[in-house]
Amino acid sequence: MINIDLTDQPIDVPAALRSVEADGAGAINTFIGTVRNKSTGRPVVRLEYEAYDSMALHQLHKVAEQAAEQWPMVENITVVHRKGTLHIGDVAVVVAVSTPHRAESFAACQYIIDTLKQVVTIWKKEFYEDGDVWVAAHP
Amino acid sequence: MNLKIALFGIAREIVGQSTLEVSAPEGQSAQGLLHDLHARYPELARLTSLAVAVNNEYAADDTLLQERDEIALIPPVSGG
Repeated sequence: MINIDLTDQPIDVPAALRSVEADGAGAINTFIGTVRNKSTGRPVVRLEYEAYDSMALHQLHKVAEQAAEQWPMVENITVVHRKGTLHIGDVAVVVAVSTPHRAESFAACQYIIDTLKQVVTIWKKEFYEDGDVWVAAHP
Repeated sequence: MNLKIALFGIAREIVGQSTLEVSAPEGQSAQGLLHDLHARYPELARLTSLAVAVNNEYAADDTLLQERDEIALIPPVSGG
């Protein structure tokens, strides 16, 4: 089963992990993306995430479906992404994957977070003490 | 025809609004739309990339746009 969510509320990490539990799963692999205090050496004060919601949800579903096709033994996948204002240490994204054995859960989890970063329509603006930048916008 | 384009992130800031209405010739392609917008907003051409989305999917350059489509400009994404 695939669960996708995009929320402006703090992500309930334990609930995301519970959501992929399955009797047939011997492995649950999780990626938790958190807000770091520095970006290319510059202290970060906060982040703002903006999303094109309908496309982001659609693309997240597609990425999860691709993972489930590539690793057909996958039991459950949950992806939750935060939007709005986040501070240092806040959870921005959780990917959780359950599979019978560990190798596939690592691989599917990594595929999902790597592909999410390439295609899902979410944008991050970093705020510093002396300015702000849309991440990756310019070469 | 009139196209309504949703703008996000830095593209929204460059244009200064979150939706843009443009009149385009029938048979306008995604690439043609980008060409026109680059001319109107040169800052858009300086981005690392700029894609057109049609109905929640990334559009190929030669995708033809229609008035009823949900169209959006997609600057470089940075989720995660």
